[in-house]
Amino acid sequence: MPTFVYMTRCDGCGQCVDICPSDIMHIDKTYRRAVNIEPNMCWECYSCVKACPMHAIDCRGYADFAPLGHSVRVDRDEQRGTIAWRIKFRNGTEKNFLSPITTKPWGTAIPKLADAPAPSQEMRDSQLLYNEPKWIRMDDGGLRTLEAAGLKLKKGVYY
Amino acid sequence: MLTSNPFAALAASISPAVMQTYVVVMIVLVVAGTLFDVVHKGSAKYFFQNWRKSKAKGAKSVGGGELMSIAVQTAVVDVLASGEFCNLRRRISHLLGMYGFVLYVIATVVMVFDAAAGAIWAQLWWLGGLLVCAGGYWFWFFIRVDVLAEGHSPLRFVRADLFIVSLLASVTLGLAWAAAGGGVGVLFGLYILATTVLFAGVPWSKFSHMFYKPAAAFEKRVSYANETRGNLPAPADRPEKFGIARGQPRHY
Repeated sequence: MPTFVYMTRCDGCGQCVDICPSDIMHIDKTYRRAVNIEPNMCWECYSCVKACPMHAIDCRGYADFAPLGHSVRVDRDEQRGTIAWRIKFRNGTEKNFLSPITTKPWGTAIPKLADAPAPSQEMRDSQLLYNEPKWIRMDDGGLRTLEAAGLKLKKGVYY
Repeated sequence: MLTSNPFAALAASISPAVMQTYVVVMIVLVVAGTLFDVVHKGSAKYFFQNWRKSKAKGAKSVGGGELMSIAVQTAVVDVLASGEFCNLRRRISHLLGMYGFVLYVIATVVMVFDAAAGAIWAQLWWLGGLLVCAGGYWFWFFIRVDVLAEGHSPLRFVRADLFIVSLLASVTLGLAWAAAGGGVGVLFGLYILATTVLFAGVPWSKFSHMFYKPAAAFEKRVSYANETRGNLPAPADRPEKFGIARGQPRHY
């Protein structure tokens, strides 16, 4: 279900460009609107769909498992701290869901990525993603795991 | 300089009739280019198709009075105040450019068609031009997306830049030409060239957004009024106290 952009809704603000983990949301060279440059590399994480303040991005279902006429749309409301989904089935059935965005207290888990330094040309040309291999530590004692960190997995939601 | 009509002084070299014909030709080019754009992209067809679909699926019917109210809201909020922009910096830059361009174009037309136009029109021409430059250069050098993020040069030029670059070139060269004393010369030639590219390039640039964007904003407001909302969920009935303000993208 690669994403696509409603051109009349998009204002080219770049929120999707910033958030796309695949770096496949770009600004079109002809219309200065967002565009998914590699639909086959999109893994439908919905990051850009949720981040778009104009609700200009949608996901198109492949016809073999999501027949024409369906719709899955989301509204991530940061002011209210909620995320709402509206799912419309082909037969007209409609389901609505509303959840809090996170169970963590607000303001405690903001990564402040904007404060990170800009990538150098060498980093841009590299195949590695942001913070690799620093955080996966493949070059320093292997992958980080709960066990390696002396932690245990607990059941349920906890703080 | 700020109070004299630069086109009146130009009349010594170029007949006012030629200048007026040029202005009319530019207006015709904008109208023709916009109509071509509408037909080529099928935007009018898309708009009415969406309109019918939204009307048929709407849970609520929208009456004539409500439609009128939505049209007024669209004109005041979305058009006059550029209310659709989510990024405040982009909105301010757009407002500067939009009002500057309107002032600049109207003042140009008035001064070309009436050589005896009052000094206020020359002042409005300068004010409009400076507003366009302020908003346009701010956008071009500091707000544009996907430039530094992709390691591109700030001076990279692609087709999406045709409108902003030709607009800035036209206005900057126009002001520079007037500041240099007017008359016919290299600056005047470049000014006319940039202006012609701006108005004749409508089918290839985003010039026509000033016509289809209000229509899209109106259609969006109607879809919220009839509760189709483009299939989006209804706004959450939660107080605005759990969330945080949305951060602006950095595009580094």
